[in-house]
Amino acid sequence: MKHLTEYRDPELVEQYIQELHRTATRPWTIMEVCGGQTHGLVKNGILNLLPDLVTMVHGPGCPVCVTPINLIDKAVYLAEEKNVILCSFGDMIRVPGSTKSLLDAKAGGADVRILYSPLEAIRLARENPDREVVFFAVGFETTAPANALSVVHAQKLGLKNYSILASHVLVPPAMEAVIQDDDTNIQGFLAAGHVCAIMGIAEYGPLAERYRMPMVVTGFEPVDLLQGILMVVRQLERGEYKLENQYARVVPPEGNPEARRIIKQVFEVVDREWRGIGTIPGSGWAVRPELAAFDADRKFSVSIAKAPESPDCIAGLVLKGIKKPHECSQFGRACTPERPLGAPMVSSEGACAAYYHFSSMSELVNE
Amino acid sequence: MCLAIPGKIKSIDYQYDGLVRMARVNFGGILKEASLDMVPNAKVGDYVLVHVGVAISIVNEEEAEKTFAYLREIGDLDELTESSQIDRYH
Repeated sequence: MKHLTEYRDPELVEQYIQELHRTATRPWTIMEVCGGQTHGLVKNGILNLLPDLVTMVHGPGCPVCVTPINLIDKAVYLAEEKNVILCSFGDMIRVPGSTKSLLDAKAGGADVRILYSPLEAIRLARENPDREVVFFAVGFETTAPANALSVVHAQKLGLKNYSILASHVLVPPAMEAVIQDDDTNIQGFLAAGHVCAIMGIAEYGPLAERYRMPMVVTGFEPVDLLQGILMVVRQLERGEYKLENQYARVVPPEGNPEARRIIKQVFEVVDREWRGIGTIPGSGWAVRPELAAFDADRKFSVSIAKAPESPDCIAGLVLKGIKKPHECSQFGRACTPERPLGAPMVSSEGACAAYYHFSSMSELVNE
Repeated sequence: MCLAIPGKIKSIDYQYDGLVRMARVNFGGILKEASLDMVPNAKVGDYVLVHVGVAISIVNEEEAEKTFAYLREIGDLDELTESSQIDRYH
């Protein structure tokens, strides 16, 4: 596949690995923010090929993982008690709430459906005019245009039976929260490529300047990831801290203005609770008040008591890059993808799931 | 979650009562529909990056080429820096 296969070329990967070994002379810790990049690094065995001097820590960039437990409980309630067609992405359906996941609710008879795109939910709403259709709209900046677009389409089509339960989070405020945490020790960042494809790269220059950290907007394939890491390490070795764009084939500096226009039409910036981390000011998007008819939270005015997290799950520390998944005493024991204690073990982008599926367990245990 | 895959636009048509400009996109032989609302300039033959059924970016072919020139470029750059340092010492 063009624009994909060539970034998986083993020879080129080998050249990058060698160049990294030549370049790194001191120990550096770099965070990749996006869960897709975490999976790319673990699945392709890149973590094992990096020089010992370069340590990758994994960031909070898994929207499913940071969706508050309370919102999952709300979604479950809507599916079970309000007779709605509750739909979302596959990952979200499997994340445990305080008592059950949406998949459990489905097994109990609720009408829960896994969709590939929020636009399919619009089709469902048109085909089922006598039912309420709720799309559990999770995601970072990358997914916001699609979720917003579903609301724009619903409005244009005059649909009265469609709404979204929005759980939208923003990357830059979370990066700052991680940097400012006293327990983290990160020297450079791979910024999330597809987030920047929407938002552009301008937000990251001031961050690099303020915290004196290299920031490199990076793609997802092995060659992309290694090039991004090399660009960060070269800056660190030279004492530089600037914004660079490894992923310019997809990320123009200005991002996608049309996508941002649609986001702005539907969402407004709000404080947002991140599961495992806490509330981060100005770190989320909620449906604008004038579109309340399309906001499931307002439409159904569901009030669910806040439930506590599992005391054995250290997801917050994993999401901030303070602990590696296998440093959790429950990893692979009480917590597995089939019976997860926390969201990072469920999502296809969660760091715990990545380590569980793609690392050698015996190596991890012996480490 | 932020997974997006590049594919080539095979054809374009309008759906939902003409409201939505949709493309049929070829992903290595698999055809899927994608909304072109976010990339109004996209045309047949372009490679677009598709995320949850919505094209979010048109792949810039020129920039794509640069990725493969990077190692050679930094090699040349490092040689230049080294030789200028040698010049300084002599």
